Amino acid sequence: MNALISNLDSVLASFWATIRLTVVSAIFALILGTILATMRVAPTPVFRLAGTVYVNTLRNTPLTLVLLFCSLGISNVLKLNFSDDPSVNGYWFAVLGLSAYTSAFVCESLRAGIGTVSLGQAEAARAIGLTFVQSLRLIILPQAFRSVIGPLGSVLIALTKNTTVVIVAGYAEAAYLMSEMIYEGSGTVPIFLGFALGFIVLTLPTGFFFSWLSKRMAVVR
Amino acid sequence: MTDNGDATPLVRVENVNKHFGALHVLRDINLTVSRGEVVVVIGPSGGGKSTLCRAINRLETIDSGTITFDGRPLPAEGKALARLRSDVGMVFQSFNLFAHKTILENVTLGPTRVRGIARDQADKRGMELLERVGIASQAGKHPAQLSGGQQQRVAIARALAMDPKMILFDEPTSALDPEMVQEVLDVMIGLAREGMTMMVVTHEMGFARRAANRVVFMAEGQIVEENTPDEFFTAPRTERAKDFLSKILTH
Repeated sequence: MNALISNLDSVLASFWATIRLTVVSAIFALILGTILATMRVAPTPVFRLAGTVYVNTLRNTPLTLVLLFCSLGISNVLKLNFSDDPSVNGYWFAVLGLSAYTSAFVCESLRAGIGTVSLGQAEAARAIGLTFVQSLRLIILPQAFRSVIGPLGSVLIALTKNTTVVIVAGYAEAAYLMSEMIYEGSGTVPIFLGFALGFIVLTLPTGFFFSWLSKRMAVVR
Repeated sequence: MTDNGDATPLVRVENVNKHFGALHVLRDINLTVSRGEVVVVIGPSGGGKSTLCRAINRLETIDSGTITFDGRPLPAEGKALARLRSDVGMVFQSFNLFAHKTILENVTLGPTRVRGIARDQADKRGMELLERVGIASQAGKHPAQLSGGQQQRVAIARALAMDPKMILFDEPTSALDPEMVQEVLDVMIGLAREGMTMMVVTHEMGFARRAANRVVFMAEGQIVEENTPDEFFTAPRTERAKDFLSKILTH
């Protein structure tokens, strides 16, 4: 306990790093996931194929490997970097890996949501002259999103917990600090419980919020 | 019939065939619809009526033959097809109002997003159209809060908001409770009187007699008989039509 309290500043800073990673990755994952879902339902076979290949590759690759690919493959081998500051660079590679990985899950949730929207909605949208992209953006996706708010909440909670492996991309967040503190040998169990509690404090309200939002935004059909 | 002066038909369907797997749903269909004409398509279920209706704005593709609208063959896809559809109104059996939009938004979505009309202008016109179909007081509600008859009248207003050259009605009253059928038919009869070009797939004899210029009887994917409403219902020329009418008129 003492170790947690005497290091409270760095503990809070490490959780702040976790929150920044989660929120920014979630935003990119939602955008990319929506684009992928659009590709997977597009009338053009090439888009569908590209979307399918992306989703099946990323979804079936361990996150650690995706992050390692970002740091070793893109940063070390290809020498493409976001910044000269190693911490900033590590942060953006972590965001890249997390959002690339999570977008595959967002895409699949969203695609399930598109499946709940009746075909008649798409036909009516086309019948008034909306193009494919317009009918998706104005009619199908808004309804699809509302029907999968619950599952998207689960994806976001998983993302929060997935941030704990980003040290492989060179960025330190809460879990990294925890292992450092345990390594320094100041009471394993209290530190472990303290950090676990920290994650529950982050994820539990997220879950409640999404259940509430899902009920509130439900489309009556 | 065609008092707008333009003699070329608005819709021309020539030698159209379509299959759903092994089922030959449209067999060598030839049909024209003139400007201002109201054509009622009638016939047994599975006879291809809805498929024909949906083929005219290409919600169904066809295997062979040609369909021209306003002198031009139907575009296959993309922006040109979207533009064609914006000129052809469609009213569905199951209404298909946009569930997450209000009644007024349902009516103004097309004008603002497809035609590029300013929001306040579209709202004003939308309210006029809702007034006309008798739903103006419900403008802020969502579709699920309305009765079937009300929803279908909103769907008609949504089609009208695009100033279409024609409206297709695909069994517009078949999903309605009996007491709501007339309110929808009244709106349709009003449109027909004003000279709207309409193709209506329906079993409503009353509507056909009062509003149709022509009745097209379809069975097994073919047009079996084309006739005036009066003659079709009193003295059908074909055995198939006689048989069909005897079944529905005795009830």
